[in-house]
Amino acid sequence: MSPTSAALTTAADTHGFLSPTGVEIAFLLVGLVTFGAALVTVTTRQLVHAALWLVATLGGLAVEYLLLTAEFIAWVQVLIYVGSVVVLLLFGLMLTKAPIGRSPDADSGNRWAALTVALAAAATLIWVVVDAFRTTWIDLEGPAAGSTKATGESLFQNWVLPFEGLSVLLLAALVGAIVLSRQAKETAADGPGTGCRSGNRTEAGAPSATGVPAPAATEPGAPSEKESR
Amino acid sequence: MHLAYPAVLSALLFCTGLYGVLARRNAILVLMSVELMLNAVNLNLVAFDVWLSKAAEETLHSGQALTLFTITIAAAEIGIGLAIVLAVYRNRGTSDIDKLRDTAESHDTEGPDHDALTAGQAEKAEATA
Repeated sequence: MSPTSAALTTAADTHGFLSPTGVEIAFLLVGLVTFGAALVTVTTRQLVHAALWLVATLGGLAVEYLLLTAEFIAWVQVLIYVGSVVVLLLFGLMLTKAPIGRSPDADSGNRWAALTVALAAAATLIWVVVDAFRTTWIDLEGPAAGSTKATGESLFQNWVLPFEGLSVLLLAALVGAIVLSRQAKETAADGPGTGCRSGNRTEAGAPSATGVPAPAATEPGAPSEKESR
Repeated sequence: MHLAYPAVLSALLFCTGLYGVLARRNAILVLMSVELMLNAVNLNLVAFDVWLSKAAEETLHSGQALTLFTITIAAAEIGIGLAIVLAVYRNRGTSDIDKLRDTAESHDTEGPDHDALTAGQAEKAEATA
């Protein structure tokens, strides 16, 4: 037991690149899982599975935050992303009547151009980042840099004004989402009424008549969901 | 920990999200890819904040504060984005962003894409009204 721990400390002291510490190995393994889940998220043809793989990606990122000693960020990530954003996305998939099984047209025609751009960007970014930070080490010893105490103190001593501004932004987003949902309901309500413009509008909606009767059911979903957040 | 681990993972996640944004056709899948890109940026912010807070004596923890702000703004963005997608779906009956070509040049609708042609007639009627 003691020889291995001594070897680990010496490896950490000399910053050996070929002898990674336990934290680095854990970070690497969780990172592989996270990256694989992200790849499945953007390539799977089953839309609901994409949302569920996104949960794996975001959860893996929360573990990475924990390994970086940023515990408050990790729990905020779990609460907001895994708890609310993915649920919102799943609601969106259901309300737009996404197909449950495999949908052959999930990827657009410019997939190869997108792959080229993404691979070029990845190669450039990784080359630059590795070259720039080749001799930089994060010191994870000592008190945690992202403990709830440290984060709260810095947030409410130095960042109070942006914090309050953010609450106004959230309120604006809430009101905006409700207005966006209500507007569609009003135009749908006066659609069969008068005027050539509304007539055209119902005509535009006609080809999708299979999906249109839903609005009455979908309308209450979106605003109440926002409020729950 | 070597700083390259989180930085490289962040770059990989960002490029995965970039591929998703460019290659996906469903608007909600595009929103998921945008979330991936935002999370990559968050990982970068946290890693550099942990590095700099140990390297410097006085720190504002600006990286972690900015991460919290990014998470909040991402939540607001996904709410507004989904409301827009639902409004578009209610109007057009589709959330396929390849078919929303109202602002395209006119010769695009006369192209070989017959799906866009039939769906485009109703949109053209609405646009001229």
